[in-house]
Amino acid sequence: MNILRILVTRVFYAAVLLTAVLVLNFSLMHLAPGDVADTISQSMGGADQELLDQIRADYGLDQHFVVQLGRYIGNVLTFDLGFSFFYNQPVTQLILERLPATLLLVISAQLVALIVGVVLGVISAQKPNGIASHFVTFLALFGYSAPVFWTGILLLIAFSLQIQWFPVAGMRDVTIEGGFWVKAVDVAQHLVLPMITLASVFFALYSRLARAAMMEVLGSDYVRTAKAKGLRERTVVYKHALKNALSPVITLAGLQFSAVISGAVLVEAVFSWPGLGTLAFQSIIARDTPTILGILFFSALVVIVGNLLTDLALRLVDPRVGGKK
Amino acid sequence: MTDAPLIPEEETPKAQHPFMEAWGMFRRNHAAVVALAVLLVICFVAIFGPWLYPTDPFEMVWAPFSPPGENGFLLGTDYLGRDLLAMIINGAKVSLLIGLAAALVSIFIGVTIGALAGFYRGLVEEILMRITEFFQVLPTLLFSMVIVALFGASLPMITLAIGIVSWTAVARITRSEFLRIRELEYVMAARASGVQNARLMFGVILPNALPPIIVQSALMVGSAILFEAGLSFLGLTDPNVVSWGQIIGSNRQYILDASYTVTIPGLAIFVTVLAISLVGDGLNDALNPKLRSR
Amino acid sequence: MALLEVENLRIELTTRDGVAPVIDDLSFSLEAGETLSFVGESGCGKSMTALAIMGLLPDKIGRVARGAIRFDGEDLTKASNARLRDIRGNDISMIFQEPMTSLNPVFTIGEQIAEVLREHQGLSRKAAWDQAIELLDAVRIPNAKGRVGDYPFQMSGGQRQRAMIAIALACRPKILIADEPTTALDVTVQAQIFDLLRDLRRQTGTSIIMITHDMGAVAEMAERMIVMYAGRQAEIGPVEQIIDHARHPYTQGLISCVPHIQKELTEDRPELVEVPGIVPSLRDFGQDRCLFASRCKHLTQQCLDKRPPHREFPGGQIADCWHAEAL
Repeated sequence: MNILRILVTRVFYAAVLLTAVLVLNFSLMHLAPGDVADTISQSMGGADQELLDQIRADYGLDQHFVVQLGRYIGNVLTFDLGFSFFYNQPVTQLILERLPATLLLVISAQLVALIVGVVLGVISAQKPNGIASHFVTFLALFGYSAPVFWTGILLLIAFSLQIQWFPVAGMRDVTIEGGFWVKAVDVAQHLVLPMITLASVFFALYSRLARAAMMEVLGSDYVRTAKAKGLRERTVVYKHALKNALSPVITLAGLQFSAVISGAVLVEAVFSWPGLGTLAFQSIIARDTPTILGILFFSALVVIVGNLLTDLALRLVDPRVGGKK
Repeated sequence: MTDAPLIPEEETPKAQHPFMEAWGMFRRNHAAVVALAVLLVICFVAIFGPWLYPTDPFEMVWAPFSPPGENGFLLGTDYLGRDLLAMIINGAKVSLLIGLAAALVSIFIGVTIGALAGFYRGLVEEILMRITEFFQVLPTLLFSMVIVALFGASLPMITLAIGIVSWTAVARITRSEFLRIRELEYVMAARASGVQNARLMFGVILPNALPPIIVQSALMVGSAILFEAGLSFLGLTDPNVVSWGQIIGSNRQYILDASYTVTIPGLAIFVTVLAISLVGDGLNDALNPKLRSR
Repeated sequence: MALLEVENLRIELTTRDGVAPVIDDLSFSLEAGETLSFVGESGCGKSMTALAIMGLLPDKIGRVARGAIRFDGEDLTKASNARLRDIRGNDISMIFQEPMTSLNPVFTIGEQIAEVLREHQGLSRKAAWDQAIELLDAVRIPNAKGRVGDYPFQMSGGQRQRAMIAIALACRPKILIADEPTTALDVTVQAQIFDLLRDLRRQTGTSIIMITHDMGAVAEMAERMIVMYAGRQAEIGPVEQIIDHARHPYTQGLISCVPHIQKELTEDRPELVEVPGIVPSLRDFGQDRCLFASRCKHLTQQCLDKRPPHREFPGGQIADCWHAEAL
């Protein structure tokens, strides 16, 4: 019952946030110079005022702002984000085609960053002056200071052009034939470099926090208790200490979802990864406003869902989250 | 362990001017001092470089892809035969300027919102923090891409776009500092003696909340530079000025022929941002002596 | 042979100011079924002794520099880590001062008890869990079956300390070390915990080392006591005998702080006093003189020139004081 109520309030809150995104979207569209009628007339190679007015009337652009906003939100509720004149496709369809690629990149990069970050953090917490610890410090400085697209290009030069371990661009090799697993391996090979590039920004962040959290936890009373119980070093560190040190890292990872998506836009551009970022970039160059705003909406949706999942993960790790019985 | 408190504390040094004291702390962080020197050199280049090395960064001065060090071009030429050194020098100005200006915009927004939320509490805080959360949900780069795409890629618009999307961290820090400081005795005293709210906020509380805000601001400059580099890498920038990200973006198809056209400007961004973040570390040491344990 | 024999133990702690002997030439023994109490102000090395017996001195900071800790004849200072792990929580257990922080917040109480049983006794998950319920019942937590799945944050301080005791007693250890087990608790709860420990000792025959600064608790719980001062033993002996006639001025001071434990309340006794002065700083610990000298009203030149020897008296009382005979 309790979980259900929490879930309902969270979903309600998410809905409010998404509505706010829609209002913002629509206001931006309204404030920006030029409208759909201009776009259409451009694609037709120009139109006179009468035709423009005709188009505006057809699309309801002559009505009051609030009416138009209401209709826009109503449309989104039926998964209608408008029509892309550039791609000649409904925006929703366009985005849903690209979304899996972005999700694959974003989720795998987050997982890799989290796992590598936590492992590095744990190792370096046990030996604060060891090699791993210095490596974490170095990674943290690099991860913060290096532009992610530059990191991507450097990896591309090293591992695709120089020693040719991984493909240069894209997500799959269309010439490859075979069953599901053959294709999965192909996608995985394409995924390695973009994933590492995107993760490079974040594992520094996670490992630094994991190290700090582990160091604090390793000095805690309950870890001393665990040692006094005669448990193995491994059990003490990886069961008693780690489960406590995970909560702050997971919380941080949840906060990073929107940053990860921002990074993904650049990484996708470097590796021609066919996801939302590439689509956003192309539609901005093409001034395809409905698509751009649709992407903004969907990426906010991804962030919100990511935050919800983080919350659930946190509840699994720490019984104190969510209050007493 | 339990015996540790027995060791007496070091003698407290004589009272100094706060600035000198902070500088003394800062100086102990050797990496930060070196970084500060590097940063000053970069600023010098950004300001005086175009006079000292007056080659036009847009002019085709040689055949494309002349490697670094040859034909009299220290860093070589790019795919249009432009002098890479001149581009880097002129790009420094744009990168630093936008970085600073955008950081200022986001600090202004963040401090205002954080201060109001932390000072007034209640409904005001609730609303402002919800707005902050709302901005955290939008992927910053996408959001600013949208702004630039809809309203044009002029330098002021880029600055504004970066500033508008990256103030949330400042707001959170300012708010928590305000929440802490507003309960302190001297604020209570000022309040009791009838100091007006605006004076109380910006004259009494804000100066005491500054240290963490300053540290965060230093980091903001670094991330704003990275942000601008990202936008201009994607080509979303004023085509009439050179910037480091833009050099990388426009040359990236040619990495097979001339990887230096990408690695060198990237290195410039990397070194600049690294220097800023190390200086930020030093500022942290200097301004938050309590956090500087061990 | 005694169950536990500590001989000329010296523990050194590396600090910013150099190496300090936090335990300096400590010798005592513990018989099976006996309760021995360590008394002294905080920082005198009581907890260090306990951690040394457990083999849990802080890594790289503390080490046994000299002496032996013999458990059933086996020198623990020379035992391997694996052997120490076998002993910890199994033959020798420890409960700590802070029940609020000594339990792991993210595991259930049941898991934290069952874990020891699985580790040392090889019980199955199910058997260990059932035994955890029995143990919670034994430490008098009401509705043990219902509480076994609770997390520490769902329990009160007293209940947590009971759970800690259940963990410590799970494997029926030969020695239980209790490091200020009631300091963090309410007075009424303190009495309950002492009752519990006394009853459990009667039922199991476990020897107890009780570390405390509460002379009242010593008088209630222990047969023998060790008074520690600045890392050195000040006085050792049977509790009643020492309370009756302490031969170290520090012990006398401690006892006079707690008037009700002296038997003849009507007799003339010194005014209620506190021991003046403070414990010397760690960097002075190694000096060859009486470390209590600066606080002592019986101070003579001899006290400042040479460390006093262990002076033995009938009944197993030992006092480290140049003036012990005269006192």
